[in-house]
Amino acid sequence: MPRPTTLLDKLWSAHEILRRDDGSSLLWVDRHLVHEGSHHGFAKIAARGLAVAEPSLTIAVVDHYAPTHDRDHIENAQIAGMIDTLERNAKAHDIRIFGLNSPYQGIVHVLGPEQGLTLPGLLINCGDSHTSTHGAFGALAFGIGATEVAHVLATQTIWQKRPKSMRITVDGRLAPGVGAKDIALNWIAKLGTDGARGHAVEYAGQAIRDLSMEGRMTLCNLSIEGGARLGMVAPDQVTFDYVRGRPFAPAGAAWDAALGDWAQLVTDNDAAFDRETSFDASEIEPIVTWGTSPEQALPIGAVLPDPARLGESQADMARAALEYMGLSAGRPLIGIPVDQVFIGSCTNARIEDLRAAAAVMKGRRAQVPGMVSPGSTPIRVQAEAEGLDQIFRDAGLDWVASGCSMCVGMNGDLVAPGKRCASTTNRNFRGRQGPGSRTHLMSPVMVAAAAVTGKLTDARPLLAGRI
Amino acid sequence: MPGWTSHEGRMVALPIENIDTDQLIPARFMSTPRSQGYGRFLLHDMARDADGSLRPDFALAAVPDASILIARRNFGCGSSREAAVYALVDSGFRAVIAPSFGDIFASNAVNNGLLPAKVSEAEAEALMKEVDHSACIDLERLEIVTGDLRIKFDLDPVWRTKLMNGWDDIDLTRDRADQIAEFRDRRKAGAAWAWV
Repeated sequence: MPRPTTLLDKLWSAHEILRRDDGSSLLWVDRHLVHEGSHHGFAKIAARGLAVAEPSLTIAVVDHYAPTHDRDHIENAQIAGMIDTLERNAKAHDIRIFGLNSPYQGIVHVLGPEQGLTLPGLLINCGDSHTSTHGAFGALAFGIGATEVAHVLATQTIWQKRPKSMRITVDGRLAPGVGAKDIALNWIAKLGTDGARGHAVEYAGQAIRDLSMEGRMTLCNLSIEGGARLGMVAPDQVTFDYVRGRPFAPAGAAWDAALGDWAQLVTDNDAAFDRETSFDASEIEPIVTWGTSPEQALPIGAVLPDPARLGESQADMARAALEYMGLSAGRPLIGIPVDQVFIGSCTNARIEDLRAAAAVMKGRRAQVPGMVSPGSTPIRVQAEAEGLDQIFRDAGLDWVASGCSMCVGMNGDLVAPGKRCASTTNRNFRGRQGPGSRTHLMSPVMVAAAAVTGKLTDARPLLAGRI
Repeated sequence: MPGWTSHEGRMVALPIENIDTDQLIPARFMSTPRSQGYGRFLLHDMARDADGSLRPDFALAAVPDASILIARRNFGCGSSREAAVYALVDSGFRAVIAPSFGDIFASNAVNNGLLPAKVSEAEAEALMKEVDHSACIDLERLEIVTGDLRIKFDLDPVWRTKLMNGWDDIDLTRDRADQIAEFRDRRKAGAAWAWV
């Protein structure tokens, strides 16, 4: 009998062109997603006089610098230049581009799945760490640096050492008002931001099976915040139902062939992982970050930690984080006033996220300003058809165009120094949303709850009778 | 990119955990062409006041000509921005020594000739006490020597080869075109659905 293998083993061997004696594998790349930030990679191949090896497998998306207001008149020359450089590179190398005015434009990790470019069984690279998102489809998807971007452009391959395997099993059922974001922040808080370093994480268990594709994408997206190079969920009927009929998804005989191949993408019973850990979904509560690292996260009902009670190195970090965040040890998370909110990013700006936030906000007024940036233009159109935009507007929030926006601030959407933002994004690093910005990460319902109360709040009572 | 086998230089300590790539280089500087140099962006918001002047208490200001950085665990966690490595390299750094690194940061470092040397937490702390001295790093022996301290570090053998030869990934693939073409044809025949 053949040795039982993991999903990682199967995906790896399907893409391995060769393995050197030193353990380095050369892997075939099925999709290479590029964005404005890929300019270093294009410059590197230009410097060596190299062409793009597979233009049809390379897809360009404007997202990192995409303005969310006034797209027709980009005043900032630097931002306009970044977008123009991507457009020129796409044209010069005959690469398909989803530009600023495309009806399909969006954040690369939202657009790929939405267009059916992301499929089970593919190897997907992008010069962005949140490429782990695409693993939700049972793909091998990971972020790469600029030198590697240049390498993929020039060869459609990537050198990698096989990561170790880790399975995170989440059994049981999530309580109402608790979602994929909470599963992710919960494990990162328990294991640390380097808890899965060097590992490929496969998520398994009933609570994972019960997640929609949107939820699985949120979970895989955040894998990198726990140090994992990639996160994966084995494809199932939920996956196939999501993919079928999308613009670039296989159709007809190709669909049947694909389904046959995708059905093999499971971890065999008895396959061994290098590490295993498990959580009970019913014990997970809404989680909020309080510090400057995603691991500094607690259930909403908790109080802020006292550095004096932590170990030496953790204490230093906690003390510095509390000072930066303008918070004091021992105070409850509930009731911390926020200055603004942001709903957006590749983590939590899909239609399901917008519906969940709108369920909290419907008929209520936001007590603080805020912005809602849908993950893609098609999501914006869909949300408008469902009347969600009106709920956000009636509450007093800005309903804006799609892009990375205030998650990383490259397009000028910034949180001002010292201001506190409840955010559906992925990183609460110092200065991430702008110099001196203070970020609290949480789920869309929790951000909506912070908006309508003006402070960190347990969203669950506000959802009563609404979900 | 020139390879290197040993390096002697001054050490500087950054005794902080989880130095993320957003701190190493804030996103707003990343549209700069590399030819303009990235050194001035290194740890910008930690290093500089709002008016751009260098803070006297900035850890790295203690040894302006340092080329070896000693840090705490999970150095370079966060985004895939290679600009974080450019900021270090353009500031004159040849090595970062820490108990652990973000995965993508470490591979980006090696692609730019910057050594990510992994030591134990205790060894990193011991080295931080020696920052008044210079240290010698030997890639052949995988060893850091300073004063009476002689510390072994971990480094993937592939990465050692790349650093010593000054190779990046593209150099490694030069002779593999036939194998790639053969694999491509096989994949196209076996999984036509995977093509766009």
